[in-house]
Amino acid sequence: MSGESQVRERAVWQPIDTGQLLLIATVGLFVVVAFAQVAAAGLRQPNVAIIFGVLIALGELFRMVMPGNREVAPIAGAGALGYALLVGVGPEGAAKDAPLGVVAAEHSALQVVAVTAVGMLVGSLPHVAVGRWPRPDAMARRLFTVALVALCFRPVLTLDLPWQLLLAVMSSVVIASCFTDVLIAAVIRAEAVRVRFGIALRDEVEAKMALCAATSATAMLIAVATTAMGEAALLIFTLPILVTQFAFRRYAGTRATYLQTVRALSRVTEVGGYVEAGHSRRVSRLAVAMGRELGMTEEELLELEYAALMHDIGQLSLGDPIPGGATVLASPAEQRRIAELGAEVIKQTGVLDRVAHIVQLSSHPYRTGREPVTDDSSGEAESRPLPPPLAGRIIKVANAYDDLVGDSADRDRGAAVLERLRLDSAAEYDPTVVEALSRVVDRLPRQ
Amino acid sequence: MRGLPLAAWAYVCGVVALATGLIATSSFTDIDWAELAVLALLFLVCDSAPARLNVARARVSMSFAASLASVVLFGAAGAALLGICAVVTGQRFFAPVKRVFNGAQLALSGYVAGTVFKLLGGDRFDPGQIRWVENVIGPFLGALVTFVVVNLTLMAGVLLLSRQAKPRELLHEYGQLSVGCLGYGMVGLLIAGLWPRVGPFAAVLVLLPLLIARWAMDQAYVQQQAHAATLAALCQAVETKDYYTRGHSERVSRGSVMIAQEIGMRADRVEAIRYAGMLHDVGKLGVPTKVLQKNGPMTEEEFAAIQLHPMRGLQIVREIGFLDEALAGIMHHHEKMNGRGYPMGLAGDEIPEFARVIAVADAFDSMTSTRSYRPARSVDEAVAELRRSMGDHFDPAMVEAFLRALDREGWEPPRPVVLPDDDVVETTQQDHDDPSTPLRVAGDEERQEPGSVGRRPPTRERPGDEVRR
Repeated sequence: MSGESQVRERAVWQPIDTGQLLLIATVGLFVVVAFAQVAAAGLRQPNVAIIFGVLIALGELFRMVMPGNREVAPIAGAGALGYALLVGVGPEGAAKDAPLGVVAAEHSALQVVAVTAVGMLVGSLPHVAVGRWPRPDAMARRLFTVALVALCFRPVLTLDLPWQLLLAVMSSVVIASCFTDVLIAAVIRAEAVRVRFGIALRDEVEAKMALCAATSATAMLIAVATTAMGEAALLIFTLPILVTQFAFRRYAGTRATYLQTVRALSRVTEVGGYVEAGHSRRVSRLAVAMGRELGMTEEELLELEYAALMHDIGQLSLGDPIPGGATVLASPAEQRRIAELGAEVIKQTGVLDRVAHIVQLSSHPYRTGREPVTDDSSGEAESRPLPPPLAGRIIKVANAYDDLVGDSADRDRGAAVLERLRLDSAAEYDPTVVEALSRVVDRLPRQ
Repeated sequence: MRGLPLAAWAYVCGVVALATGLIATSSFTDIDWAELAVLALLFLVCDSAPARLNVARARVSMSFAASLASVVLFGAAGAALLGICAVVTGQRFFAPVKRVFNGAQLALSGYVAGTVFKLLGGDRFDPGQIRWVENVIGPFLGALVTFVVVNLTLMAGVLLLSRQAKPRELLHEYGQLSVGCLGYGMVGLLIAGLWPRVGPFAAVLVLLPLLIARWAMDQAYVQQQAHAATLAALCQAVETKDYYTRGHSERVSRGSVMIAQEIGMRADRVEAIRYAGMLHDVGKLGVPTKVLQKNGPMTEEEFAAIQLHPMRGLQIVREIGFLDEALAGIMHHHEKMNGRGYPMGLAGDEIPEFARVIAVADAFDSMTSTRSYRPARSVDEAVAELRRSMGDHFDPAMVEAFLRALDREGWEPPRPVVLPDDDVVETTQQDHDDPSTPLRVAGDEERQEPGSVGRRPPTRERPGDEVRR
């Protein structure tokens, strides 16, 4: 989902959610305390602090946006966590009887927070300079995770544990930090896009776990390598996270391009005069909002969005546009034919079979719709009425609403159309879906 | 592998014999066998799941990292032994000769790389020492480049001798492949550096991010394929209305790519022109069907509607960010070099390069396709027409490039159209793409190019046509 639609869904008087506010305040407090402590006690091992600070700043400079409008900065994250987990700074100049044979790292947990905060701020400056304002919640979340790891791990160092135990503690702290990060992100997302917490959590886990694991592994790699070989190791041991960043950036890029292409090409029906201008896009926006309201996961929402954008593509196979372009006014047989033709087109892609299925069944009425009967299972399957899939029902309602309301912002007209859909909802439309629509329409900004 | 040529057999036997000889004559006294076994296990795990690059057949495996780590940790002999393990790889090919050759060539690459590492003085340092990274990086890079070069050369040898690949293709693929190999090989240094401290756990720390990166790359690849397929399907949907123009976008896309490659465009621009060719006529949808299907001269308004279609196309695809330069190609593909094209009447170099490329491919495909009012022309006739319009309509450089590519790769014209047996078939009666048959606009004879009037094939004009309008 794009950012703009989320912003639009949120009411004007509430620019920032309470969870977000709490998080930002907490992190702000951390940062203030950390700066005070560092100012009082002085910066320990400044050259190490500067190298890590530079790495974090660079990572922040190369942050990226993952599908679902999630801002991530894997390199900065790995660098900051690595600094939090740092045990020593290499064998050069170590005393003969030093533990592990290396010079111990002396920085405190609060120094980690201060260095990370400065690095993040410096790395954000170029973004601000070109007018991309930072997302305070994403930055606060990243800083919070780092602070948590530092506060848990730095005190452990005073125990002088052997390597194996240290590695075990590092692993468990890092894994715990992954879960915290996902948990916080889910809380914020649940508030921001209005979904149930459980669904938001599942989406976050699916979207972020892989990247989280890669970041944590690299953080440990950086910490161990720098401890064993000194600062020079830091440079080459960030390589794996560079590769990961490149791969994920590419993945996010192709996925965004894909959606962009489908969005753009769904307009061929408008340019061809088959439907009203902006129809596909409005239907998809409504459908996604309704799908979210009804508790669909992100993957289902993406399929729903594709299906909503392309639901009228079957009209291209008609010789001439149907008058007015509104399929809701066409005869049921004709509606069904358009849906079948559209599904045929979408099936041609070979990769969007489920989307084709949704489009095919989106014309079927709620009560009497059936799964299409395959040739081999004749007889009894034919007589069992099955409602179309939820995505299909959503598109049917959204399409009908937009066909009748159009881009008019008149609330009375919207209410009248809703009333008509409600009257039809016993047979034609799914009542729960119509109710979801009414809640979504209610939330649209008043004009 | 019975079909292998004699030269390839001799080559494979030679490589295997060399590897066996080297291993037989080296000494393994100072190798820690337990550690080598662990590294070998890692090697096999990585080798069994090679990563896919975008090149269809090229596969880079992360076992490169293990091989290079063994070069640092165990020297030439150990690296050779590790290479031999590839004989029992879990990759899905079963021919024994392939397995044996693969093991032998990896052993050989490992041995040579190990020797280079030693010659450059890399074995004098120990990962626990002060300034290990700074000291060892030079020798390591030498060993890495040696390993990749030996490996790729040996592979190229067998591919060429067994005639599975042409030198040109290999050069094309090896660019990307060597970058992947060098990258993965670099990781070997990381594993070797941490190995004495944390043992095999180093491999987990290093390889986990890489495995995840590989997964993400695979996902990106899947998305890219899905994207291309969806784009093609939607373009087809736009064409379904007219039986005679089916497949036109696909073929124009292919022709444009041929020209682009011939004039040496960068790979990413070739990719962009592939999409531009596919989408060039998407705006035709904005032209009312009755205009497209009109038989007989058009009115001024109808001609204007046709002239608008590149703009309509632009309107649709404008928001697709990656198209970028391709947008100009879509908008201006009906401009002529003499400035008498549409929609802007640009001339000569003012016309974007993409548009000049697409124009040639577009016209050529239109001429070699069957239309409802005329049969398809032969390739020779179409070539003659292209040559005739060079400089006036088309950019001579693009036409020449296309003809060169045509000579080399050939052209498969669309199959003759078979119309289905019902009455609802709709076909266009004129083709706006065909340079030899310009659109006929009522009362505007001079719009046509001189010389093309006489060659216009007889159309089925009937008096009734005017009335039907």
